[in-house]
Amino acid sequence: MQKMTSCCVDVCNTNAEKSSPFPDRNKALTITSWRTAASPIRCLKPGIDQVQIPSAILTLVIGMALALGGLWIGQNINLLPIDASANAPIYDELFKVLFTIGSILFVGIVGLLVFSLIRFRRRSGQLGDGLAIEGNLPLEIFWTAVPAVVVLFVGLYSYDIYDRMGGMVPLAHDHMGGAHEEQIWGGISSGSIESAAATNVLPVEVTAMQFAFLFHYPEGDITSGELHVPADRPITLRMEAKDVIHAFWVPEFRLKQDIIPGQPTQLSFTPTRTGRYPIVCAELCGPYHGGMRSTVVVESPEDWDSWYGQNAKAAPEEETLTIANA
Amino acid sequence: MTISLPPETSSPPRLQPSGWLRYFSFSVDHKVIGLQYLVCGFVFYLIGGALAGAIRTELTSPVSDFMARDVYNQVLTLHGTVMIFLWIVPVVNGAFGNYLIPFYVGARDMAFPRLNAVAFWLIPPAGLMLITSYFLTGAAQSGWTAYPPLSITTPATGQIIWILSVLLLGGSSIFGGINFIATILKLRRPGLKLMQLPMYCWAMLGTSILVVLSTPVLAGTLVLLSFDIVAHTGFFNPTLGGNVVVYQHLFWFYSHPAVYIMVLPAFGLVSEILPVHARKPLFGYVTMVYSIMAIVVLGLIVWAHHMFTSGTPPWMRLFFTIATAFIAVPTGIKFFNWLATLWGGRISLNSAMLFSCGFIVNFVLGGITGVALAQVPFDIHVHDTYFVVAHFHYIVFGGSVFVIFASVYHWYPKFTGRMLNEDLGRLHCALTFIGFNLCFGPQHWLGLNGMPRRVAEYDPQFTLINQISSVGALLMAISTLPFLWNVIHSALNGPVAGDNPWKALTPEWLTSSPPPVENWIGEAPLVEEPYGYGVPPGELDLSAASGRDLWSSGK
Repeated sequence: MQKMTSCCVDVCNTNAEKSSPFPDRNKALTITSWRTAASPIRCLKPGIDQVQIPSAILTLVIGMALALGGLWIGQNINLLPIDASANAPIYDELFKVLFTIGSILFVGIVGLLVFSLIRFRRRSGQLGDGLAIEGNLPLEIFWTAVPAVVVLFVGLYSYDIYDRMGGMVPLAHDHMGGAHEEQIWGGISSGSIESAAATNVLPVEVTAMQFAFLFHYPEGDITSGELHVPADRPITLRMEAKDVIHAFWVPEFRLKQDIIPGQPTQLSFTPTRTGRYPIVCAELCGPYHGGMRSTVVVESPEDWDSWYGQNAKAAPEEETLTIANA
Repeated sequence: MTISLPPETSSPPRLQPSGWLRYFSFSVDHKVIGLQYLVCGFVFYLIGGALAGAIRTELTSPVSDFMARDVYNQVLTLHGTVMIFLWIVPVVNGAFGNYLIPFYVGARDMAFPRLNAVAFWLIPPAGLMLITSYFLTGAAQSGWTAYPPLSITTPATGQIIWILSVLLLGGSSIFGGINFIATILKLRRPGLKLMQLPMYCWAMLGTSILVVLSTPVLAGTLVLLSFDIVAHTGFFNPTLGGNVVVYQHLFWFYSHPAVYIMVLPAFGLVSEILPVHARKPLFGYVTMVYSIMAIVVLGLIVWAHHMFTSGTPPWMRLFFTIATAFIAVPTGIKFFNWLATLWGGRISLNSAMLFSCGFIVNFVLGGITGVALAQVPFDIHVHDTYFVVAHFHYIVFGGSVFVIFASVYHWYPKFTGRMLNEDLGRLHCALTFIGFNLCFGPQHWLGLNGMPRRVAEYDPQFTLINQISSVGALLMAISTLPFLWNVIHSALNGPVAGDNPWKALTPEWLTSSPPPVENWIGEAPLVEEPYGYGVPPGELDLSAASGRDLWSSGK
């Protein structure tokens, strides 16, 4: 009983003071028994088990190495694409925390498993059973409480992240379109919408259909197959699906929103980095689902102004139409 | 323990076939039905695997060049449906449940043997119907989730056949669930207490509760969907005033618990396998039982995490995030208990043990990505991407299928009376483990970097990683060859196993291999300590101790 407490708590690197600093008799028993069976010569060596580093210290060192290793992995291994919107760095922060915790847990558990398989494997000629230890209540409480605390911490932290990304902003009913009491659905609204910058929001209407996205700028009456947006200005997409469910996903923005037929949906974001990024449909929408892609072009405000000016002012009817048909 | 079981007496004119033909008959023997489930499931596993091979072949190049795009969607729909409804659910529940539960409760058969046979015989026709729909009319092509309006607008015949097969398979599952609940609660041998049952009984009790509570919801939903398709009603059709998100809620009300229907029995099987081969009692029996029940309760209230991008209100996202993440707590308890079971054991590194440990490694990774996916902001980026594909394959393949193989290696001597070849078994395990991780590990990266799921064509920057993934799939396909050869060859020529080759204590081993028709000649044994392995601390097992042990430990 005592041995189980010490050994298992060891790995979790807490309550180390509880564990006995000396190997107990049972351990010695297990080891001596295979020795006699396998090679009696080993018994002549000075006992590794008898003169041993106290397990509390070993535990502490392993735990520290695990924690530092996990932190290093979380900070230094980047699995994500470039970040190009205001909420992408916030997302990456969450990702690093999750990746760190996940790495520590995974390496710790797999390490413990592999160690057990090697250390406690049945050697040839060995008979008999392991130790009849049926449980340990303090240990059970310990490994219920620790994951519960970790999960609660992660939950609260991700709630905070979600709030900062604008996910908890209540969506207002639509008053702009003149439609009375039309419910607007949505996911993330960029937090900046609520701030002073809200005056400068660029609205874009998105129509998703099998198998294309169409973008319409109501203010300039531009229709385009690509989404052109200026950097550092909040954008609000008002999205509608014509036929089946689609999803608007820009991996570099870390944003995704289903577009559901019959549910006008709103999504807000602020692009931060100029470049061309893919818009991907992420909900199975038919045979050409994989081909339902477009591009979001994030331009500097000047470049975007000239693009907008060219298409909005100078655009006669037929040019707009050709773009729409393209 | 006697129960009334009319047909199976050894009177000369047998009412049922007794040779190999019984496996093709309407047998009511729970062991025959269990093996029918197992072999039938394995056949569908090979079909589903071939479909997976077709998917991975298509994805070796970024353009759609191996098959037509609509065929690709049919293939991925069939792959998901076959693997879930015809392989994992029937095998972890039906096969091992039917074979083991009557032994574990000390009964001579299930509570309702005929219902049991009916439940099995619903599966082959449903499966055949599903597969043949591909050749006759074209199969469903809206994914195993069949979200409307896509499922309403794709060709109707295939979709209707899909719905009919899933309804039949769901019915089979419900019959099985009722049978398990009745058997575990009412057919226990007198004197056997609930808290003395092997852990697999508890897992099956929890699973069956989930089956009985949630499968009817799926059935009702699919009936409404079929009305939308055939009779042009508007339950889920937005152009007729329906609501597609309601379908998603109803669908996931079943289909999230379905994940637990696939993994809880696997948890139970692992809890049986580890103590035997580690020669130690199962650690923390009582907390294991409570954690199963906690998973059952929590599993019913997490479904909306599949809809974080569907325009759900913020409070709902918060609730389902927390509920989902908390499932990690009871699940974690089970994993720590298994690790503690191994600690200090005398572990035989045989195929059953290695597959179980492979399960632990894979499932821990799948669980960690699961907790991450429960976080709304994290999910919003990776929802419906290859990250999710990787996550659930780590759960259902890395988890359940690894356990199915571990269980086959563990119980094969009981099924057939012969031992499997351990070297081939370890080769099978190594190939499966490497192939699996090579196939699904890189898919996490694909999802994070912008590859959505269910696509036949993708951004060319992902070509290399997809090819690596396909090589892993090929290895997994190859890994079934030593297994198949081993299983077939050992059935005929394997060394004779004897009644109890693992020196196990659970009741199925306390009879001959293979067991007689009513499980035991004479009275059923009363096993009050199914995990009574091991030497109590401070005592010596005299049969296994040498003189030096006695001397050195001061006895």
